[in-house]
Amino acid sequence: MEGKPLASIVSAGISKFGRLEGKYSREIFSEAAKEAFERCPKLDPKKDVKALFVGQMSESFEHQGHAAPCLSDWIGLLPIPATRIETACASSGAALRCAILAIMSGLYDLVAVGGVEKMTHRTTSDVTEYLAMASDFPMEQWNGITFPSIFALMATAHMNQYGTTEEQMAMVAVKNHRHGCLNPKAHMQSEITVKQVMESRPVALPLKLFDCSPISDGASCLVITKPKLAKRFAEIPVDIIGTGQASDTIGLYERDNVTSMQVGRLAARQAYKMASMTPRRIDIAEVHDCFTIAEIIAYEDLGFCSPGEGGKLVEEEETQLSGRIPVNTSGGLKAKGHPVGATGAAQACEVYLQLTGQADRRQVKGASIGLTHNVGGSGATGVVHIYRRRD
Amino acid sequence: MSEVQEPRGSFTFIGGEIDLDLKPPPTLESFYQFCGQRKLMGVRCESCEAVLLPPRMLCPRCGSSNSEWVELKGTGELLTYSVIHVAPATFQPLVPYAVGIVALAEGARLPGIIRVRPEDLRVGLELKIAFEPSTSKNWPSWPRYFFVRADTP
Repeated sequence: MEGKPLASIVSAGISKFGRLEGKYSREIFSEAAKEAFERCPKLDPKKDVKALFVGQMSESFEHQGHAAPCLSDWIGLLPIPATRIETACASSGAALRCAILAIMSGLYDLVAVGGVEKMTHRTTSDVTEYLAMASDFPMEQWNGITFPSIFALMATAHMNQYGTTEEQMAMVAVKNHRHGCLNPKAHMQSEITVKQVMESRPVALPLKLFDCSPISDGASCLVITKPKLAKRFAEIPVDIIGTGQASDTIGLYERDNVTSMQVGRLAARQAYKMASMTPRRIDIAEVHDCFTIAEIIAYEDLGFCSPGEGGKLVEEEETQLSGRIPVNTSGGLKAKGHPVGATGAAQACEVYLQLTGQADRRQVKGASIGLTHNVGGSGATGVVHIYRRRD
Repeated sequence: MSEVQEPRGSFTFIGGEIDLDLKPPPTLESFYQFCGQRKLMGVRCESCEAVLLPPRMLCPRCGSSNSEWVELKGTGELLTYSVIHVAPATFQPLVPYAVGIVALAEGARLPGIIRVRPEDLRVGLELKIAFEPSTSKNWPSWPRYFFVRADTP
């Protein structure tokens, strides 16, 4: 049989993403966990959940370290082991992988995994400083390289090598905003035009404000169990059939190729192989569009098109909700929002909703195989997972 | 330790003249001390000949810990660039300013500010390195380097 199940998702929950005034991480994470627990009536969280893995990027936002036991307490899971995983913006993608490994080890029958970040209470300048910590300090940050400019360096190289245009990058933002309008949990709830993206204020050219994901608060939570126990908790479980993770240099400048992210390619190769899948079999994907160029590069790294063809793929509307391979039906990081620690598990939540037919107005009919692609920093961490609906 | 300790949160730059004859360790601190002498110094792995910039203890390519210091010419070409309009406080007075990745003649690469007119920016532009002294007593008190056109007098 192709793609043996490694672990199964039996429930998922997500908080509202956006500016959640007056709410801090522990409260936002509680919203996500509450939804995940309530969506699974057969689950008794206090009895059944044996460990918690949670992704959070930075303690700087709330002046709060040691987040995992606190978050576990707030969702009523004391005294089970709770561990925070940090790989910058890929934190909860990596936490999901840890949860899968924990299930596969046989130590636990059922675990919870999620992520959270509270960002909007800080000034934009504070937030950008904390996020920049995901890039290299002594060579990049110290010498004036900002975090958006690292992705702009990839964009310039991609444009120079392949002829990718700023308009094609803008089309990623337009598409994801259109999808976000269909997701009540998304931060951004308005459509935009290519012209608006092109005329938005420059951040790090060729990237402009609307090429960048917003600063958001949010949390995500999943319940994962052994494949053979999954039907006990859910009528339609979603099996995770492939997992991959890879690392690269923290500085972009040390990499041979800046028009691709090696971590994405390597993590995808591992996940495809484990799942016995090819890119053509993927029905829907949530990819890491922290900046519009990153989504174009993700198409190529995941094999949805050849290197250099990513701009054309979005221009030809292949990745729209109605296209050949809908990408970021949730709105992606660009429109759903990017509370960094929550992002990886939130991508898995969207895939869960799609594969179980719970994605409402953005439902892709008949979707049975999904993929998530989560990147940390400028591509020093990459995590890819492949999922299959079990009927 | 003979140095007087600075208050918590600050850092005493090792200071003085870094001296190759004293075989400084292949560290970031040594790299920046050399920058303070307007020298771009890396190490060459004695086993696989890779030029490591900044210097490191272990060669990421072959794992060897044997290396020797080499002075690099500081010339190279622009691989890619961006023009920054939003920057942290330290750099905000410079906006808009260009940054890029420079492929050095010896093979290693460096990121940095590219001080050329925006209309002159293009992939492949020939550049050379220049240095600015340190301005801070607190950590990090590293000098900074940047790049200018290779034909700058």
